Amino acid sequence: MRGFAVHRHSFRRCKEDGVARYIGKRIALMFLLLLALTFIVFASLYIAPGDPAQMVAGPSATEEDIARVRSVLGLDQPFLVQYGIYLKHLLTFDLGTSYTTHQPIANEIAIRLPHTLNLALASIILSIIVGIPTGIAAALRKDKLADNVLTTASLAGISIPNFWLGTMLIYIFSVKLRLLPSGGMSAPFWTALGFRQIILPAIALSTATIASFTRIGRSSMLEVLQSDYIRTAKSKGLSAWIVVMVHALRNALIPLVTQFGTSFGALLGGAIITEQVFVVNGIGTYLINAINTRNYPVVQSTVLIIAAMFILINLGVDILYSFIDPRIRYD
Amino acid sequence: MSTHRQNLLATAFAKLLKNKLATACAIFLGIEIIILAIGPLIASFSPDTTNVSIKFSPGIWAKLSSDAKLAAKYVPGHFFGTDHLGRDVFSRLVIGGRVSLMVGFVSTILGLVVGTFLGLLAAYYKRLDNLIMRVMDILFTFPGILLAMLIVALMGVSTVNAMLAISIWSIPNFARMVRGRALQVKEEDYIMAVRATGAKNGRILFIHILMNCLPLIIVIATMRMATSIISISTLSYLGMGVPPPAPEWGSMIAQAKEYMWKMPSLIFTPGVAVMLTVISFNILGDKLRDILDPSLKD
Repeated sequence: MRGFAVHRHSFRRCKEDGVARYIGKRIALMFLLLLALTFIVFASLYIAPGDPAQMVAGPSATEEDIARVRSVLGLDQPFLVQYGIYLKHLLTFDLGTSYTTHQPIANEIAIRLPHTLNLALASIILSIIVGIPTGIAAALRKDKLADNVLTTASLAGISIPNFWLGTMLIYIFSVKLRLLPSGGMSAPFWTALGFRQIILPAIALSTATIASFTRIGRSSMLEVLQSDYIRTAKSKGLSAWIVVMVHALRNALIPLVTQFGTSFGALLGGAIITEQVFVVNGIGTYLINAINTRNYPVVQSTVLIIAAMFILINLGVDILYSFIDPRIRYD
Repeated sequence: MSTHRQNLLATAFAKLLKNKLATACAIFLGIEIIILAIGPLIASFSPDTTNVSIKFSPGIWAKLSSDAKLAAKYVPGHFFGTDHLGRDVFSRLVIGGRVSLMVGFVSTILGLVVGTFLGLLAAYYKRLDNLIMRVMDILFTFPGILLAMLIVALMGVSTVNAMLAISIWSIPNFARMVRGRALQVKEEDYIMAVRATGAKNGRILFIHILMNCLPLIIVIATMRMATSIISISTLSYLGMGVPPPAPEWGSMIAQAKEYMWKMPSLIFTPGVAVMLTVISFNILGDKLRDILDPSLKD
């Protein structure tokens, strides 16, 4: 088996073939992961306490009503058949009905998702414009005071609980200084109102990501600065600034691309908490309310949407990476 | 072999002590753990006893304030003041901290044991590799604290459930890193030498390979302690961790948020406690990594 693999690799025809095959494999893997995810989410709904038919029919429903709902929803079918029905509904974006509002969950998520994406997007932009330059600055001042301060500060960044930082920011900037709103989100971050609303939540949410961009940016820049081609560029007499900004930066950014997927996932997970602190009507708040009211279909659907977005982003990052870094191994 | 390993750990410890920041963190955590361990002895008030007649009394720092009115509100004995029900904040911090650290420790250890076991099996037995690692991939598709939240949502809110949820969330982290290291170690000459002496698979895997993964495991566990403590506070803040009225740092912050206007120190003290604890574990983990396992440096 091993010998066969070696043989196959040594006869790879050309790079494009490898990239195409890699992307194909990656997409196939994504479908498997999505399928596994739907299974876990469905199974957890299945084992969750409470009778879904009763919940959907409402508190005043009679036995007959409940029985009818049960057969309409297919809840009297065996587990695997129910899973099949669930998948079929998912394909048409039918996520079921909320126990509390009796509205289609897909519609409720569609209203809230833009708020969450607005927060996550603003935070990732903030992380990039603060984290990457900080990392480069630390690398250029390696082992000097600025580097030590920045690396320790980045450890502090990943150590501050974001719900606490958010609360402190509200206290300082909303309660004491009265400069910024303490919560709410009614406009996208690129509008004047949206910008004022997003500043505090975005800072609270992105500290950990800024910190990880700083650390990875620093170490990747250090590695690149030691490479031969940088020495060549320097020996040609180019200014240090051009060497860093033009020659080194391009390669130093590669590891940050892989970090991007993980970070975006962390931001989505963190947004659940930040939304709660800043009273943002996003899917995080929706999820937490659903957990507190035992509204299981909503819990499963929000978890499914968040995890599916994370899978898709990682797929995008991997494909992008295979184009940026030709050294990647396609197996 | 074993004396050599002891020397290795002793050298690592000596190196750690040379770093001022790491030493400071180790001392801080040491003192904190002692205070929390003897907590019930030094906390002069019960954390649950309410006394609304002294609610919102300021901490001892009020004595330093120029505001005589504020200073007069300080109730002797309540060093960190009292909360909205007149409960002693210091006692709640100490008792709450015991819960946070205990949950952090137990969930890290559980995640470590299961994750390391799975990681070693995956690295050593090709047949199991795909199965185990694909399951880990699935666990990794839940970003951040989402997996822990889903588990708590299904099992119900309790301290034990939160602890289990956090440990399940830790498993893939240990499994992936340990597998990677074990795959390298497996190819080393000394493992072949051990095999040549007739050692059985179990012995090779759980004695020799495991021992060579140990520095890595110590580093991940230290960092994971930090994550677990943040996680239990976060879950409690959201009402999914330690159920009230039991004190916990995160739930103290959640309750204090409503009284932010009246008494900001109520959100300040538990937050600083979480942050100092977590940052100490992170700095310690970072320095340990530089010493024990420089290859891990990101």
